[in-house]
Amino acid sequence: MIAGSNLEKVLASGAFAVTAELGPPKSADPQVIIDKANILKGNADAVNITDNQTAIARMSSMAAARLTIEQGLEPIMQMTCRDRNRLAMQADILGAAALGIRNLLCLTGDHQSFGNHPESLGVFDLDSITLIRMVKDMRDAPQFQCGEEITFAPKLFIGAAANPYADPFPFRAMRLAKKVDAGIDFCQTQIIYNLDKFEEFMRQCRELGVTERCKILAGVAPLKGAGMARYMKNRVAGMDVPDEIVERLSKAEDAQDEGIDICVEVIKRVREIEGVAGVHIMAVEWESAVPEILRRAGLKPGSSNQGEQPGGHIT
Amino acid sequence: MITAERKNFDEIRRMTDGAQKLLVVGCNTCVAVCLTGGEKEAEILASQLRLARKQDGIGGSVETVTVLRQCENEYLDSISEQVQKADLVLSTACSIGPQGLVFRYPTKAVVPAMNTNMMGYVKEHHVWTEYCVACGFCIIAFTGGICPIARCAKTLLNGPCGGSQGGRCEISPDVPCAWQEIYDRLAALGQLDMLKRILGPKKWNASNSGGPRTMKMEGFKP
Repeated sequence: MIAGSNLEKVLASGAFAVTAELGPPKSADPQVIIDKANILKGNADAVNITDNQTAIARMSSMAAARLTIEQGLEPIMQMTCRDRNRLAMQADILGAAALGIRNLLCLTGDHQSFGNHPESLGVFDLDSITLIRMVKDMRDAPQFQCGEEITFAPKLFIGAAANPYADPFPFRAMRLAKKVDAGIDFCQTQIIYNLDKFEEFMRQCRELGVTERCKILAGVAPLKGAGMARYMKNRVAGMDVPDEIVERLSKAEDAQDEGIDICVEVIKRVREIEGVAGVHIMAVEWESAVPEILRRAGLKPGSSNQGEQPGGHIT
Repeated sequence: MITAERKNFDEIRRMTDGAQKLLVVGCNTCVAVCLTGGEKEAEILASQLRLARKQDGIGGSVETVTVLRQCENEYLDSISEQVQKADLVLSTACSIGPQGLVFRYPTKAVVPAMNTNMMGYVKEHHVWTEYCVACGFCIIAFTGGICPIARCAKTLLNGPCGGSQGGRCEISPDVPCAWQEIYDRLAALGQLDMLKRILGPKKWNASNSGGPRTMKMEGFKP
């Protein structure tokens, strides 16, 4: 075990892992986290705590991650390069580890122009790949980015994102390979609807040896209706929603039910692909759909230590 | 070259309304090439100010003078007489101009008529694009001669982010993805292997986060 997180244990056991997403609120209300955590508890091996998602200021991912631990659910703290320089990031990494957080997902982050503070300064002192290397060095060397020794290393299971639908496509598997070289243990992909392209991406990953060195969790999400599908197809950067999905939702009697069905079909298909180690369900603001998705997909989180306090204790 | 655009006229009026003797100082290098702050533009601005001030019942005078470069003392020295007579100097140069005037004439009030934009490449006639942010540590040998620090919205060093689609940047369909350009160029050169190496973390201390930079040519007497 590298970090000893529940997610790491599940993936190491060979079980098909399930992660979900838990977005912190645009408020200081801890109850929002508690409520979402209670929906997701028992339905995920770990949950991603987003970091100022889509560049909108929210409760910090570190605080929300700690609140999640207190609810008996393991967090994957997300960290973006957009809002902090390497000093602040290292401070947060040490703080997160001290608070019992055991998984860290390293991201570049959405551009600040999309959020509610478009006039802010985007920091981008590091990019996701140099952030990954920094976290790995902090954990394994152990040293700060500057080379100074760390006396008590942060034990973190390191993750990253991969988007098979962004361009240039031939560089996507190669970029994930760079993230593996930089030091990730797992990755979660962008939401998958176009399965043919995802299969090709996975083939390239296998060819580059990525699947042997990194656990890949396929990103999935239930669509609530044709409107949402069209919005994601046309307005969300890096998304690929085939027309047939939009059509299916527009014809459905119960679009939400159909959306869950489509998500379940995607899960079943990605499970068959060699090198897919789990799924990451991004039911943003629709966390309540997750238990139903799991039921219909016949999935149970592969948690090997249910009931145990995740992420360890504060010492 | 350095590009700069004239500020909104109302903003310039508010900065200069209190002055009885106003001197507009033009600059005949970069801002003249981008047709925003050379001799002609300085004179047009002075005329506009004279008219506006007349309408508002503000007396006094608005004079103009233009130097070849406001970034050099030698040229600033040549307008000493006009500057001394003025109680406010309005510079139409990039921000180096008014700051140079402040350095050369420390007791004189100086205000800028311009917003300095960037260092630009002439993409086509009268269109400039930012190709360099003067970060002080050039890495384009690794990126096919295209600078991701200036041209990628996230200053990425190791490839395109997840928002790159159809060759466009996630921030706007009007912005080309620098990393798509880098990829295409390296592919054409048969150098895609360059992209396998991990670059960074970048040293930003040679850029504008390291305090004002000074460049000195050795072997020359000041």
